[in-house]
Amino acid sequence: MALLADVISWALILAGGALSLIGGLGLLRLPDVFARMHGASIIDTLGLGLILVGLMFQAGFTLITVKLILILLFVFYTSPTTTHALARACLYGGVEPEAARKDRARKDVEGEPPSSP
Amino acid sequence: MLRAASLAVFLSLLWLLLSGYFTEPLLLGLGVASVLFVVFIAYRMQVFDPEGHPVHLILRALVYWPWLLKEIVLANIDVAKAIVSSPMAIAPTVFTVTGSQRSELGRVIYANSITLTPGTVTIDLVDDKLTVHALTPAGLEGVKSGVMDRRIAWLEGGS
Repeated sequence: MALLADVISWALILAGGALSLIGGLGLLRLPDVFARMHGASIIDTLGLGLILVGLMFQAGFTLITVKLILILLFVFYTSPTTTHALARACLYGGVEPEAARKDRARKDVEGEPPSSP
Repeated sequence: MLRAASLAVFLSLLWLLLSGYFTEPLLLGLGVASVLFVVFIAYRMQVFDPEGHPVHLILRALVYWPWLLKEIVLANIDVAKAIVSSPMAIAPTVFTVTGSQRSELGRVIYANSITLTPGTVTIDLVDDKLTVHALTPAGLEGVKSGVMDRRIAWLEGGS
């Protein structure tokens, strides 16, 4: 029984670690700050989630598991808020998403009036 | 008053689970005192409304959260695939959607749910207009289909 819990726990922790690595790879590979946020959000949703659930299997039915659940809950509440704050700061600080710039460039070529001044 | 009682219950549970003290009278007494003090501060700060302590959503949230969790897992797989494929299978887009939620709380839940799902980030929220940045076509379709929008309209009390 303890062996089964260990196997499940390690599988989850390794999967979470792999996803965090992929998220880190995304941070390096993706083109601009807005796209990079998507890479980071892999890390703080499923990457972190799988690692914490894996640790819960190590802890069993104890207060430690309750605390791990609380960590998960607080991160799921706070991380979208910080991501949104970062995105909004970039937007109002004058960083234009590459997608929006390409969109505007295409409209300029096709001779449509620009949607925003 | 009912909301005060519910906040006190939640804080007490949190205190008990975090401390792990169930029998020592002095520590339990100090715990009760701190719970009452926090409820008093929350009352004084006027963060004591349906927005600050949205306990009325809890039953429907228990239906919404598992669905959101499923969406997060699917979106994670989608974005992870897009990042590791060579060249990267991404098509970043910026678009605007309208949230059909009646309350500000509902719109914030919608914006945060979009951001929490990998592949889509809410970069601006003005009144009921959300500006969303999507990384993959699947993320774009997911938000534009409006399934999440309807689910949150239901969560905040719609039919």
